[in-house]
Amino acid sequence: MKTIREINEKIKRGEVVVLTADEIIELKKSTNVKKLAKEVDVVTTGTFGPMCSSGVFLNFGHSKEKIKMGGGRVYLNNVPAYSGLAAVDVYLGATALPDDDPRNTKYPGEFKYGGGHVIEDLVSGKEIELVAYAYGTDCYPKKYLKTKITINDINEAILFNPRNCYQNYNVAVNLSNKTIYTYMGVLKPNLGNANYCSAGQLSPLLKDPYLKTIGFGTRIFLGGGIGYVCWWGTQYNPGVKRRENGVPTIPGATLALIGDLKQMKVEFLKGASLTGYGTSLIVGVGIPIPILNEEILNWVSIPDEEIYAPVVDYSYDYPNSTGNILDYVNYSQLKSGKIKLMGKEIPTGSLSSYKKAKEIAEILKKWIESGEFLLTEPIFYFPGPESGYKFKPMKEV
Amino acid sequence: MEKKFVMHFPPVLVDKPIISTIVRKYNLEFNILKAFVSPEEEGTLVIAFSGEEKNVFDAVEELKSKGVKIQLIESDIRMIKERCTDCSVCIALCPTGALYLNRNTYEVKFEPEKCIACELCIKGCPTNAMISTI
Ligand code: SF4
Ligand code: SF4
Repeated sequence: MKTIREINEKIKRGEVVVLTADEIIELKKSTNVKKLAKEVDVVTTGTFGPMCSSGVFLNFGHSKEKIKMGGGRVYLNNVPAYSGLAAVDVYLGATALPDDDPRNTKYPGEFKYGGGHVIEDLVSGKEIELVAYAYGTDCYPKKYLKTKITINDINEAILFNPRNCYQNYNVAVNLSNKTIYTYMGVLKPNLGNANYCSAGQLSPLLKDPYLKTIGFGTRIFLGGGIGYVCWWGTQYNPGVKRRENGVPTIPGATLALIGDLKQMKVEFLKGASLTGYGTSLIVGVGIPIPILNEEILNWVSIPDEEIYAPVVDYSYDYPNSTGNILDYVNYSQLKSGKIKLMGKEIPTGSLSSYKKAKEIAEILKKWIESGEFLLTEPIFYFPGPESGYKFKPMKEV
Repeated sequence: MEKKFVMHFPPVLVDKPIISTIVRKYNLEFNILKAFVSPEEEGTLVIAFSGEEKNVFDAVEELKSKGVKIQLIESDIRMIKERCTDCSVCIALCPTGALYLNRNTYEVKFEPEKCIACELCIKGCPTNAMISTI
């Protein structure tokens, strides 16, 4: 019905009609699908939650007397970065911890500062201490380096996240009789609370359940700047069971994302400390969905009430991969503040900020309306349910 | 002045109207922040007394002499709004509703008056936005 090229022409002429996913859901209640699909060009989405599989590639430039960090050890504010690359390239992951962090020896560990926090400090322009130990070569003689850098001093700072934007996620509860500390937050005993981590009806991959518009090269909002989808994410699992509306019943697709850290903003990229678990990076992502036809319009307008998430026990079932699902609840119930489970009313909390997700969808909408953000046609699309592509458990011998 | 206390009542005292007698005697206002009775019938009360400083402490002394175990809640819990992302994961942990979500604006709010300094939110907040100062 419409093509991305036509939508981009409208963006350039200043005639594009953009709505957020929240807005289209409201509008669809009173307008017919045909009319809406014709009139609306783009729907914007947003999400803002801890995404552990995130990190940055950095290139520091060369010191006067050259040093080969590759094969040596590199620390940023005492947090180790991976240096198994060329002389002054490193990768710093969100979950990296200082060698001397007590971790969970004093249970539950606090994890006040790790890779995610270094990334936040880089983005906010703070000075970071860089320490490197090398073995020295004829062409790179220096063996030790200690200096201070900021994001503006270094060459490249590229956010590259192998797995972000999970399509649907577990609701975590605790059936045991002691408090547990998980990546889904603190879980009180005997179903004391239920934590979820998705923006529901605003969450990007729930609005295009079969990834018919999102693929390699899709331009997106990433951490306050512009980024791109650069592969399908790790643990990508398109073949999961789905409801009639196409939405997976358990975590399904994921995305790998890339973008220039130097453009990003600390409001949309924040270090996280998950007590008893470790550090992470809270990432803001927004994906525009072109309304090419009625089918896509129907998907983007799936409301919270029709998006169900699996409730999983994190005291036994999750750590032991039993696959057991206690129940399914929808995002409207989750966002109401309580759910009913096994005859008990349980308060809900979200690790993902709906307020921030709304902000992201709004910003992306403004970018498109103002003409500064054009949509992209994916270079190729990712494997779908029919491909047989699967997320496998580990083979242990 | 206002002070908050955690009070444990042994089973023999649970049914007695001691609090109402005491607040009348010392001319205090009170606010019950949380109350529950354990399966062993021990009662726990998180309560704020306000009134003249001397009266507040005399009332506490008298309660202690009657066998009530009392701890003063001293630490001061604060929210650093700039670090808060309004995720809301803390609200399901907070036992008193001192942290709550405005479901129209999706903003998370903190009402210090209701806080009993249990510090669960400090453990639960991913961005270290909840802090305790003593
Ligand atoms: S310390 Fe935190 S969780 Fe505990 S009562 Fe106060 S605000 Fe609520
Ligand atoms: S857990 Fe922390 S960041 Fe989340 S709403 Fe509560 S105070 Fe704010």
